[in-house]
Amino acid sequence: MKTMAFNEALREGLHEEMARDDSIFVIGEDVITHGGPYKVTEGVAERFPGRIFETPIAEAGIVGVGVGAALAGMRPVVELMYLDFVTCAMDEVVNQAAKMRYMSGGQGSVPMVIRLPCGVGRLLAAQHSQIMESWFMHVPGLQVVVPSTPADAKGLFKSAIRSPDPVMFFEYKRIYTSKGEVPDGEHLVPIGLADIKREGEDATIIAVGPMVEKSLEAAITLEDDGYDVEVVDPRSLSPLDTDTICSSVRKTGRAIVCGEDSAFAGAVSEIAAMIGENCFHDLKAPVARVGSPHVPMPFSAELVKHVVPSSESVVSAVQAVMN
Amino acid sequence: MDLSAEVCLKIYTDMWRIRLFEEEADRQTNLGNVVGTLHMYCGEEAVATGVCANLRDDDYVLGTHRSHGHCLAKGAKSDRMMAELWGKATGTCKGKGGSMHVADFSLNMLGANGIVGAGIGPTTGTALASKLRGTDQVSVCFFGDGAAARGTFHEAIAMGSLWTLPVVYVCENNGYQQWVPRENVAVVDSVADMAASYSIPGVSVDGQDVVEVYEAAGEAVKRAREGGGPTLLEARTYRFYGHSLGDEQQYRSSEEVDEWKENRDPIKLLAQFMRDRDWLSEKQDQTIQAEANAEINAATRFAEESPWPSADEVATDVVAPIQEVA
Ligand SMILES: Cc1ncc(C[n+]2csc(CCOP(=O)(O)OP(=O)(O)O)c2C)c(N)n1
Ligand SMILES: [Mg+2]
Repeated sequence: MKTMAFNEALREGLHEEMARDDSIFVIGEDVITHGGPYKVTEGVAERFPGRIFETPIAEAGIVGVGVGAALAGMRPVVELMYLDFVTCAMDEVVNQAAKMRYMSGGQGSVPMVIRLPCGVGRLLAAQHSQIMESWFMHVPGLQVVVPSTPADAKGLFKSAIRSPDPVMFFEYKRIYTSKGEVPDGEHLVPIGLADIKREGEDATIIAVGPMVEKSLEAAITLEDDGYDVEVVDPRSLSPLDTDTICSSVRKTGRAIVCGEDSAFAGAVSEIAAMIGENCFHDLKAPVARVGSPHVPMPFSAELVKHVVPSSESVVSAVQAVMN
Repeated sequence: MDLSAEVCLKIYTDMWRIRLFEEEADRQTNLGNVVGTLHMYCGEEAVATGVCANLRDDDYVLGTHRSHGHCLAKGAKSDRMMAELWGKATGTCKGKGGSMHVADFSLNMLGANGIVGAGIGPTTGTALASKLRGTDQVSVCFFGDGAAARGTFHEAIAMGSLWTLPVVYVCENNGYQQWVPRENVAVVDSVADMAASYSIPGVSVDGQDVVEVYEAAGEAVKRAREGGGPTLLEARTYRFYGHSLGDEQQYRSSEEVDEWKENRDPIKLLAQFMRDRDWLSEKQDQTIQAEANAEINAATRFAEESPWPSADEVATDVVAPIQEVA
């Protein structure tokens, strides 16, 4: 085990995969000169010359080029500077990448990873802080992956690069520098497999992205109330590991679904509905959701703290469900 | 890039295959067998055939909503295409694509596209893939004059030029964008003029004259294959039918359409060119048309006799069946 930051884990995964497979290349804005805004592509140009393309500011072009290269058998790793800019390339993601396999009757596929730095990092307000996981969960043909720890980041990123289909890879900006242990050697985490981050008997917290860390903190606080909670990290939102989530909820009888994105029509809502549908008879209380209110991300730190859910909000939600 | 008698005959045959395929598809629509809509390519056959006659099987082609001609010219089988238009299981895309998504990946024809201007980026991507692999494959993107207004045109061609990619951007300027004459909505008359913004050659040809198309495309393909980078090739052309089926065409006069059909039909023009050189006898001409006709009739029979897709096909080809980590 080595301790490293989330962005270092991604970088290590990228280097390992590029060394393994020549068809992988990187494309995005500022990826050479600056190593990308979060330094994930640092060192790639030196170690893999000719396999990294620094582009003009042209998101539709970047993703479009990725689609074509992938159709022609390459494995592009596309970096968007901020998730928010994916709206400039929605056709390429939704109408091209996602549907190619289906529309061609299985003749073609788009093995491409789109890296999406998302959520609140520095305070950059509404156009640089979105999350939007559910937008892409809604599109058949896309996989939506959300790692919460450096180990998962590396393992899922490597699997995403090897996936035969497009992956929307969510990287929460706030956890790029958070550190964790990463297994040595070849470390792969399969897409579509949830992880039980903490075992417990009284309630199941299903936590997405940075809410995992906050839920683990909340779990410690809740011990004082005598509650023993389980924390499940779906790790991929599409495909969703409904088996792991449901068996945990059946065991505890209570579910609190937590994400940083707007709860309204968000990822947590789909998970909550799925639990309601499958575990109704095992539930001792209604399923609860924790997410942000349905507002654009404000700028002021004073306002942001009312938007992004904290570990305290998880604690209160669990307490409400327990009572 | 002189056009030989042999290449001429092949192009002439393909033009007839495209013309008859579409007329048959139109007939099958009226019979209720082909459903959805069709964007007819009739009148523009010289562009697809003139360009594709310069391509190898392994070169990439991406198309538009109006791509029956691009597919056939790249070598796609008319029977499987017709079956696709019917929505049959034997279609090129198992009936999941239809007219706007016909594709034959075995020929590197990576598909028609229902989104205007959406193929320009991906074609730049296939060209990037060829460059990365060190092959000498060329990528060709067909798109309409309307597509040249989209941001994708600008974004993708800028990258194609920046990285000197082996790609030919072929604009089929038919003077209309759905129901709107180009001059009502575009400030630049010739799309080829826009090439200057990307420091690549822009060439404009008469798209009804397959000899001109063939020669200009030949230059552009050669340039791309030899590492010289992209060309923007504009073919001035005309569609004989409306934008799609059921178009009442109030935006243009029937005299205008008749004039083009009468005097600017690319098939007639090529026939004349060949006859002038004794490359096409009356008898040969009849044989070519009869054979094309037989092929298309067989295509319809194939479509008719083919099975419908089974219900379980609904949920296949969404993502790869086994999400294995290699
Ligand atoms: C992005 C997008 N906008 C609008 C349409 C609807 N539409 C389909 S074809 C077309 C006209 C395209 O004109 P042009 O590119 O010149 O091609 P042509 O039909 O003349 O071959 C329009 C507006 C679309 N399919 N995609
Ligand atoms: Mg047009």
